[in-house]
Amino acid sequence: MTALRETTEVVDPVPGADAPHLPQQPDLIQLLTPEGERVEHPDYSVDLSEDELRDLYRDLALVRRWDVEATALQRQGELGIWASLLGQEAAQVGAGRALRDGDMAFPTYREHGVAWTRGVDPLHVMGLFRGVDNGGWDPVATGFNLYTIVIGAQCLHATGYAMGVQRDGAESAVLAFLGDGATSQGEVNEAMIFAASFAAPVVFFCQNNQYAISVPLERQSRVPLYQRAAGFGFPGVRVDGNDVLAVLAVTRAALQAAREGQGPTFIEAFTYRMGAHTTSDDPTRYRLASELEEWKLRDPIARLKAYLSRSGLADQAFFDSVDADGDELAARIRSGTLELADPPGTSMFDHVYAEQTPELAAQRAEFEAYHASFEGGVER
Amino acid sequence: MSTDTLTIGKALNLGLRRAMEDDAKVVLMGEDIGKLGGVFRITDGLQKDFGDDRVVDTPLAEAGILGTAVGLAMRGYRPVCEIQFDGFVFPAYNQIVTQVAKIHARSKGKMAMPIVIRIPFGGGIGAVEHHSESPEAYFAHTAGLKVVAVSNPVDAYWGIQQAIAHPDPIVFLEPKRRYWEKAPVDTDAMPGPLFASRVVRGGDDVTVLAYGPMVKTALQAAEAAAEEGRSLEVIDLRTVSPLDLDPVYESVRRTGRCVVVHEAPVTLGLGAEIAARVTETCFHSLEAPVLRVGGYDTPYPPSKLEEEYLPDLDRVLDAVDRSMGF
Ligand SMILES: Cc1ncc(C[n+]2csc(CCOP(=O)(O)OP(=O)(O)O)c2C)c(N)n1
Ligand SMILES: [Mg+2]
Repeated sequence: MTALRETTEVVDPVPGADAPHLPQQPDLIQLLTPEGERVEHPDYSVDLSEDELRDLYRDLALVRRWDVEATALQRQGELGIWASLLGQEAAQVGAGRALRDGDMAFPTYREHGVAWTRGVDPLHVMGLFRGVDNGGWDPVATGFNLYTIVIGAQCLHATGYAMGVQRDGAESAVLAFLGDGATSQGEVNEAMIFAASFAAPVVFFCQNNQYAISVPLERQSRVPLYQRAAGFGFPGVRVDGNDVLAVLAVTRAALQAAREGQGPTFIEAFTYRMGAHTTSDDPTRYRLASELEEWKLRDPIARLKAYLSRSGLADQAFFDSVDADGDELAARIRSGTLELADPPGTSMFDHVYAEQTPELAAQRAEFEAYHASFEGGVER
Repeated sequence: MSTDTLTIGKALNLGLRRAMEDDAKVVLMGEDIGKLGGVFRITDGLQKDFGDDRVVDTPLAEAGILGTAVGLAMRGYRPVCEIQFDGFVFPAYNQIVTQVAKIHARSKGKMAMPIVIRIPFGGGIGAVEHHSESPEAYFAHTAGLKVVAVSNPVDAYWGIQQAIAHPDPIVFLEPKRRYWEKAPVDTDAMPGPLFASRVVRGGDDVTVLAYGPMVKTALQAAEAAAEEGRSLEVIDLRTVSPLDLDPVYESVRRTGRCVVVHEAPVTLGLGAEIAARVTETCFHSLEAPVLRVGGYDTPYPPSKLEEEYLPDLDRVLDAVDRSMGF
């Protein structure tokens, strides 16, 4: 087991890094240190206006506020479950803001921060976790697929979608989200094979948050995840997932390469799941509190805040206004969630098929008649 | 004699522990079953006591779990695989159907596949998609697999041990929403064979069949029916494949009426097979067609609708009424 741990720590030069859009840079790509110091990278840069920088901060702070509110709502029995993104805000916002109109994202169940950047109404996400539907947003209009809960399945969909983009000759790219645990699934590996074989315009964005529920990364991989890409024949890169600027820069470059016909890239966003896997989970059973303390020093929001303050790009009034916006958002999410109506029972029979079958229509009618038979409203 | 009051979850945990003590070849494999003890804590404490080579936290890959279990079984081990939730068995479906189920026949009996596939199944826990499925018919339809479903702590404790000791592959279905139900378990006296159904409440008017989580529902219905002067006989099928229908035939010959209850969709579910067999065997005793109560032919709905999807006491009684009304 020790040997295994050691191997995981090895960081070799990125195989496949001679791809035109990627640097010969093996290590963690960073543009903002944990202390909030702006650093340059030989191959990646972002040129953002002051407004854009402040907007990124706003995104990060607001999605965290949303997440806090959702966790509280679950605790109060208003959601069935919640999968927190705490600690992964920069990875998600950076990746999401790298997308353009016309691009398509394929999330797992944790990408609330990406949903935010795509303009998905948070209440539609809340609806899924409340159990009123499986996600009420329009995946086509938002360019943000519905959440996929079966680990890894969406990577194949993203690849196929990208193959469609390619056939259409469109100038768009596809962003597939996955976790570190997901990299073990056969389907994820098949996706990478298809993507490579067809040079599909898809970017695999892996948030390595170090855990798959309780299982640490070392059980999924003996090499750094970004190195996996080499075996499939496309570049892999590791970015500091808590550095929103670096994530934005790296993801933009990879998406642009995909649009230009250079095929897939695998991005490993090195981050940490600061909360439980979901509200049903108890991480004290499998990891030390000290680990979390260490990662708190690399908090994705604190470092951008430090940078903005120190460089005079934002003052206390700005941060106060973001906090106020956060409280307003949280209040809207809270009241909106409480107002989400339970769907009618008959809705489960609708949309099962594009063309309703006589059998199911009959079942629906029986269902209605059965419930109507409880006259006086014993049943609802 | 030693009797403890156990939940279904704890009974499974103790049964697994005893099976591991009895046979050093028993290996537990699954996602999060080690340090965490499984998301339902069914394997709680086992890795600590038996080591991480006997309670294996696997990579996140169900095809990998089942496929390597096949190899381990070929090598003389007895893998007990935990699938975290029913809806996540499908990446392993290929291995289960094309390999696990067929290797004994393919090898003309030279290779046994003593694999147990533990699956928490069924709904009622307010979960998101894929966490509430009832996939038993897929497996029961596959020759070479045996399928059992436990409904109570006694069967959980003994059944898991019997399944592990059995030479054939068994899909072992655990009623997840009943994991916390308690009953006294005599840990010395094995209650009878694994592949046998059991009358759990005697009655004369209608025979009600159920397995897994629906046994409790059927018993509640029988209780309610008794208040209205109707006497339901409830049979816990316990084994879904092979079916043990002799006690059912015996019962239906007395009652003349039969209702089958399961959470899985009615169409091509276990109820369809049972209705056919009961009709073939008890045709002249039947006063009414065999009726089925089950899930609708829709995807398992979002949790706010699951109460309307799942068979409950009222729907069982409704079927009883219809049966009596014939
Ligand atoms: C096929 C499948 N197996 C098991 C699960 C149960 N499950 C849900 S999340 C999870 C861990 C996922 O880990 P990772 O891919 O690292 O993503 P993270 O949750 O850390 O974001 C597991 C095992 C599932 N959803 N799908
Ligand atoms: Mg993870």
